[in-house]
Amino acid sequence: MKELFPIKHVMGFVFSLILTSVALLVYILDMSFALGLTILLITAFAQAALQLVVFMHAGESEDKGAIYTSVYYGIIIAVLTVFGTLLAMIWGYV
Amino acid sequence: MDFFERFMIPHPSPAIYAAMVAIVLTSIAIVVGLTYFKKWGYLWREWITTVDHKKIGIMYLISALLMLFRGGVDALMMRAQTAVPENALLDAQHYNEIFTTHGIVMIIFMAMAFIIALMNFVIPLQIGARDVAFPRLNAVSFWLYFMGAMLFNLSFVIGGSPSSGWTSYFPLAGDELSPSVGTNYYMLALQISGLGTLITGINFIVTILKMRAPGMTLMKMPMFTWSGLITNVIIVFAFPVLTVALAMGTMDRLFATNFFTTTDGGMDMLWANLFWVWGHPEVYILILPAFGIYSEVISTFSRRNLYGYNSMVASMVIISLLSFVVWVHHFFTMGQGAMVNSIFSITTMAIAIPTGIKIFNWLLTMWKGKIQFTVPMLYSLGFIPIFTIGGVTGVMLGMSAADYQYHNTMFLVAHFHLVIIPGVVFAMIAGLTYWWPKMFGFMLNERIGRWAFGFIAGGTCLAFFPMFISGLDGQARRMYTYSESTGFGFWNMLSFIGALGLAVGFILIVYNIYYSTRYASRDIGDDPWNARSLEWATHNPVPEYNFAITPQVNSSQAFWDSKKNGHTLFKGGYKEIHMPNNSGVPFVMSVFFFIFGFAFVFSMWITAVVSLIGIFACMLHRSFEKDHGHHISVAEIERTESELRGARNE
Repeated sequence: MKELFPIKHVMGFVFSLILTSVALLVYILDMSFALGLTILLITAFAQAALQLVVFMHAGESEDKGAIYTSVYYGIIIAVLTVFGTLLAMIWGYV
Repeated sequence: MDFFERFMIPHPSPAIYAAMVAIVLTSIAIVVGLTYFKKWGYLWREWITTVDHKKIGIMYLISALLMLFRGGVDALMMRAQTAVPENALLDAQHYNEIFTTHGIVMIIFMAMAFIIALMNFVIPLQIGARDVAFPRLNAVSFWLYFMGAMLFNLSFVIGGSPSSGWTSYFPLAGDELSPSVGTNYYMLALQISGLGTLITGINFIVTILKMRAPGMTLMKMPMFTWSGLITNVIIVFAFPVLTVALAMGTMDRLFATNFFTTTDGGMDMLWANLFWVWGHPEVYILILPAFGIYSEVISTFSRRNLYGYNSMVASMVIISLLSFVVWVHHFFTMGQGAMVNSIFSITTMAIAIPTGIKIFNWLLTMWKGKIQFTVPMLYSLGFIPIFTIGGVTGVMLGMSAADYQYHNTMFLVAHFHLVIIPGVVFAMIAGLTYWWPKMFGFMLNERIGRWAFGFIAGGTCLAFFPMFISGLDGQARRMYTYSESTGFGFWNMLSFIGALGLAVGFILIVYNIYYSTRYASRDIGDDPWNARSLEWATHNPVPEYNFAITPQVNSSQAFWDSKKNGHTLFKGGYKEIHMPNNSGVPFVMSVFFFIFGFAFVFSMWITAVVSLIGIFACMLHRSFEKDHGHHISVAEIERTESELRGARNE
C-alpha cells in the first residue's frame, strides 16, 4: 500500500498550497513594500521550482540533463539581463 | 481623420507611385500566370501545404533572396543620394525611411531567413533524420515569417514606411514624434515574424537533441549542426526579450501606456536597453551559422578534417553565454557612468577571444591542406581577412572611452558592414553554392561564380573602407546630405562605386542561377564536392524520406569514413517509413495573422478581433484533428531508390 500512495505528490500539493497562502498574506496583512515584495519573490520562485520538479516531472526522464541545463542556462541569462539592466539604467547611471 | 486617408502615403513621390503600379502589375501577372499554366493546384499541394523541411528551406531561400534585392535597392538609393554633396535625389524623410527599411529587411527578413533556410535544408540531412521534430510547426514558422515580411513591405505603399531607424529608439519612435503608422508596421511585422523565429528555435533544438542518427553523440555532430544548435539556443533565450519590448512599444503607440515615454514614469532608454539585450545575441544568431558553414566548406576544400573540433565547440558555447553580457556597448554614450562602461568594455574584449580561436582553427585547417579554389572556398578565403578588419575595428569601438569619438559616425557603419557582409552574406552565398547541387540537382557555374565573387568582395571593400576615413573625419551616419566644404564627397563617391560593384556581383549571381538552370549538367552524382558529412550520403535530388535506411555514425565525418576507411553507413534492409502529412492549416492561420497585424496597424479593432478568432479557430482545429501521418511502403522505397540510382548513371 505504501508504494501505491503518491506521498511525494500529496506533500508537493500541500506545500504549494502553503506557498500560495503565504503569498496571500502580503495582501491581507499590513506590511512594508520591501518586506511584501521579498516574500512574493521567494514564494514565487519556490512555487515555480516545486511545480517544475514535482508536477512537471523535470528530473524523471532520460532528458534530465538537457532539461536542467536549459533551466540553469535560462536562470543565468535572466539574472545577468535583469542585473545588467539595473546596473546600466539605474545604479551606474550618472 | 477620414477612414481612407489613413491608408495614404504621408510623403508620396513618383518613385513610390511607380512602385505601387509595379506591385499591382506583378500581382496580376502572377495570378494570371498561375491560372493560365494551371499551377494553382501544384502550388497548393507541393508548396503551400508542405511540411517537408527541404521544401520549407527552399521557400525560406526564395524569400530571403527577394528580400536581399529589396534591401539592396534601398542600399543603392542611399549610396546614390550621398554620392555627391547637396544631392536632391531623395528628401530627408525618404532617406530616413530607406535606411530604416534597409536595416530591418536585411537583418530580420534577409539574413535570418537565409540562415533558417540553410538550417532547414541541411541540419536534418546532416544528422540523418527524416524531418525536423515538429514538421507542422516548421510550416507555421515559415508562414509567420513570410506574412511578417509581407506586412512590413506593404508599409511602403499603404500608410508609409517606418522612419526612426532599424533600432527604432524611443521617444523618436513614439506616436508624438512618429505619428504615421510606419512604426506600427515595424512593431507588428517584427512581432509576427519573431514568433516564427522563436518556434523555429524550439523546433531545431529538439530536432538536434532528439533525432540524431544512432552513434552520433553530441561531440560527433558536424560543425554546421553544432553551430545550428548553439544558434537556436540563443534564439530561444534572446527573442522573448524582443517580443516583450515590441509588445510594450505597441501598447505605448496604440493604447497610450507609458513604458518608453519621457513623462509619467516612462523610461525611454529602456527601449534601447531591451532592444540590445535582444540585439546583441542576434548578432551571434546571424554569425554562428555562418561560422558553421565556413567550417564545413574549409574542411571540405582543404581535404582535411576540421582542426580543433573541441575548441570550436567550446568557443561557440562560450560565445553563447558572453553574447548576453555585452549589449551595453551599443549605447556607451547614453549616460552610464565610467564603471558600467568599463565592465561592458571588458566583456566585449573577452568575446573577441573565442572568435579569434575560430579564425586560427580555420587557418590551421588550411595549413598543409590541399586547397581547391572553388567558389564556396573563395568566399571563405575572402571572409577571413575582411572579417578580421571588421572585427578589429569592432574592438576599437568596444573601448568605451574611444567610442565617444567613433559613435554614430560612418566609422561604425563601416565596421558593422565589414563584419556582417563577409560574416553573413559571404557565408550564405558560400553555403548556397555549396549545397545548391543537393537542393536542385545541378551545380552553379564556377566561372560566373568567380566573377561574382570578385565583384562582391571588391565592391564590399570599396564601398566600406572609405567610410572609415569619412567617419573619422566626422561624417555622421543617417545624414541624408552634407555640404561640399566638409570634403566627404570624394569618399562617398568611392562608396557609391563600391555599391555599384556589389550590385553587379548580385546580378551575376542571378544570371548564374539562370545560366546553370539552363545549361548545367544534371549528371553530377550524389557527392560532387567529395564532401565529408551525411547530407552527401543520400541521393540527388533528396527523396521525401531523406535516407532509405537510417545511417550508422561512428565519427564527426561518417560519410568520409564510409568512403575512405571502410565504415558501413547503411546496415540492414528497407523498412516501412512513417512520414507526416501535408496541411493547409499553417498557411491559413498565418493569413489570419497577416490580417490581424494589418488591422492592428490601422487600429481597425473589429477586423482584429475577427482575425484573432480565426487564429484560435485554427489552433482549435489542430487540437481535435486526428492526423497520424502516412506510411511509405517497402515496395515504394525500392522503386524510388532504384529510379534515383538509375538517374546517377552508375
